[in-house]
Amino acid sequence: MIIARVIGSVVASQKQASHEGKKILLLQPLGLDDQPLGDVVVALDAVDAGVGDRVLAVQEGFSAMTSVGHTDSPIDAAVIGVVDLVEIE
Amino acid sequence: MYLGKVIGRVIATVKNDVLEGKKLLLVRRLPSGPAVVAVDAVGAGAGETVYVCRGREASFAFKPEEVPTEATVVAIVDYVDYIERE
Repeated sequence: MIIARVIGSVVASQKQASHEGKKILLLQPLGLDDQPLGDVVVALDAVDAGVGDRVLAVQEGFSAMTSVGHTDSPIDAAVIGVVDLVEIE
Repeated sequence: MYLGKVIGRVIATVKNDVLEGKKLLLVRRLPSGPAVVAVDAVGAGAGETVYVCRGREASFAFKPEEVPTEATVVAIVDYVDYIERE
């Protein structure tokens, strides 16, 4: 799983049926210093996250599909949590 | 998944039987990534912004067909609401 910042949302009227009714979010993965690290990812929202939130996301098919409730669907990334706090020892 | 721009298509006469009748699109990852060949699942065409699903899941767009693809265009993007990095 990765920690990422929600930097936008995507609107697409023509899409795969399993993506209907889901919020589609643009995520910027973050490093431990909270700075952007890596390429922007498109993920389906499973927890009602919003733009600006720091979130927990999966980038693997099975976990992404089950979190949004669609197995056997073309979904490879999902937001599965909103991060309150990260403690680094 | 990631955002991409359709920059062309690929024609291949000889290909896996299951790919017959499928559109092969050339998609460049935004903002400036590499171009990959992705199978179209939504009727996308050149110049359109789309998003692409990768991996084993990519073939699930064509269920129950077992299409040998590792990248599938699963949506055509109308617009993106984007906030600038702080």
